[in-house]
Amino acid sequence: MDAFTTHTGRAVPLRRSNVDTDQIIPAVWLKQVSRTGFEKGLFAAWREDPSFVLNDPAYEGASILVSGPDFGTGSSREHAVWALQQYGFRVVIASRFGDIFRNNSTKMGLLPVVLPEDVVERLQDAAEADPKTEITVDLVERQVRCGDLVASFEIDDYTRWRLLEGLDDIGLTLRHADAIEEYENGRQPWLPTTV
Amino acid sequence: MGRTLAEKVWEQHVVRRAEGEPDLLYIDLHLIHEVTSPQAFDGLRMAGRTVRRPDLTIATEDHNVPTVLGPISDPVSRTQVETLRKNAAEFGIRLHPMGDAGQGVVHIIGPQFGLTQPGMTIVCGDSHTSTHGAFGAIAFGIGTSEVEHVLATQTLPAYRPKTMAIEVKGELPVGVTAKDLILAIIAKIGTGGGQGYIVEYRGEAVRKLSMEGRMTVCNMSIEAGARAGMIAPDETTFEYLRGRPHAPTGEAWDRAVEYWKTLRTDDDAEFDKVVEIDASALTPFVTWGTNPGQGAPLGAAVPSPEQFADPVERSAAERALEYMGLAAGTPLRDIQVDTVFVGSCTNGRIEDLRAAAEILRGRKVVTRTLIVPGSMGVKKAAEEEGLHEVFKAAGAEWREAGCSMCLGMNPDTLKPGERSASTSNRNFEGRQGKGGRTHLVSPQVAAATAVTGRLTAPADL
Repeated sequence: MDAFTTHTGRAVPLRRSNVDTDQIIPAVWLKQVSRTGFEKGLFAAWREDPSFVLNDPAYEGASILVSGPDFGTGSSREHAVWALQQYGFRVVIASRFGDIFRNNSTKMGLLPVVLPEDVVERLQDAAEADPKTEITVDLVERQVRCGDLVASFEIDDYTRWRLLEGLDDIGLTLRHADAIEEYENGRQPWLPTTV
Repeated sequence: MGRTLAEKVWEQHVVRRAEGEPDLLYIDLHLIHEVTSPQAFDGLRMAGRTVRRPDLTIATEDHNVPTVLGPISDPVSRTQVETLRKNAAEFGIRLHPMGDAGQGVVHIIGPQFGLTQPGMTIVCGDSHTSTHGAFGAIAFGIGTSEVEHVLATQTLPAYRPKTMAIEVKGELPVGVTAKDLILAIIAKIGTGGGQGYIVEYRGEAVRKLSMEGRMTVCNMSIEAGARAGMIAPDETTFEYLRGRPHAPTGEAWDRAVEYWKTLRTDDDAEFDKVVEIDASALTPFVTWGTNPGQGAPLGAAVPSPEQFADPVERSAAERALEYMGLAAGTPLRDIQVDTVFVGSCTNGRIEDLRAAAEILRGRKVVTRTLIVPGSMGVKKAAEEEGLHEVFKAAGAEWREAGCSMCLGMNPDTLKPGERSASTSNRNFEGRQGKGGRTHLVSPQVAAATAVTGRLTAPADL
């Protein structure tokens, strides 16, 4: 995955709550066996509405999505993360995220930023008032900056380090292959196998 | 201080713990299906990695498969299923393909084979993996990157979630089901209420549920935002498991049961959060909106957005009513449906089919009614009991096993504007087909609704 340190970009205000992963990428798009091409399916049903915010040319090229609470609830489909990234988003800001979505994002280098609802709304207001408004998301300092707004966000040290370095989880885990083997040798004997 | 069930199972699986890092957790069983695995296998190939424990991995074809006999007509779906077959063969993973007697929805077949046991860690690239928590396992859904990680290492790095107890007081009244209970819980705590938690369902009403009812409850933990839901194993659990193909036998069984009996929250353990709900006050519950938290007793009316004090909930309700084509104040019992779907990992087991058949016996359906068994095993059991004849005589369609209309990846979908009463788990916009409108219900309400054409409880018939 690509490393994430600091990103500055324009923002799309998505004033909806419970943006579930079925909305982010409808199931019909999950039939692909490749990892690419999902940007076309991003918010596919909502994009049919000409007034949907992503259809507003003023937000073309924006790279930060600022959503209402409970973004990414529902299905575990990582395709939702791929679709957002392939469309051009590097960051999603919301006051609450679905747990699996947030996990999937950090595996792929899409940064989920949790901010209080009133701060989220101020960012949405700013992006609505002037779509050219730039927001800086600084993972090093754990800060979101927009004009005179400076908001800190929390992210655990380990995930932050992995994102800053762009590290692959599997490679990190395989350094502990000995510990895995040792654990396996002590597993309870009645545990089932599939064979 | 004592420990909770979740803490006990978690601690048992920690391979490595280091300050400032997530725990490295061992995974006892990895379930795989065609939709969320192809990119994970590609990743393995690109990195020259292999599957560490194919013997702890099992695959099935469920999301895409048609529920009528014959090949998959959609070439994209077919490619995905064929890709799973190739991957399973290449990496030596047991697969139950379409038509196989063991095929079925991934969360139905694990318990059916006895692969799901108390105290295990179970993952799958599917959020409804929480189903398996009904046995006292820690079971949760993961994304494709994590699927690849488990394939390669049989572990996952993870922080232990906080613990929440949902104490269900009293007994469920006659005619009120596990599905009504979980829908009421989600309506109470909200779709984000469980975020960051493993939920343990406790109390008299939970203890009295059958294993299948417990699976229905744990299945929808994710709809309350929780990663996992659990119920402590007891005699009901052991009786369900005894004699299943992968359950331990002989002396191993005795040792396993002895251990399983320790898998309960200690009396002096503390949960991070406790929620109480009174089972005895519940009635059949249905959803009116576009997230599973937007539900109400069937006897109520469609709420008005003004009833919600929170502005976010109010605007969500406004949007939901518009999408659902519903007017505030309409009695839920007056809502007409076009389609009834009985099936899914939530309610596609034999007890669900028996409950639906009991209501449909000697009656006729007035809507399109799809009865989709959760697995070929469930289908066989239902046919041995003659349930399929009841469904067919009532005018319902008796189908092959699969996820079907729960998520509409196969041809079983709603058309724009069509409305369903569905025993599945998600009423999201477009979930069952673009423009489709979904009301989540129990199998009993689904069957009664099929008879009248509007949302109905069996007691209304």
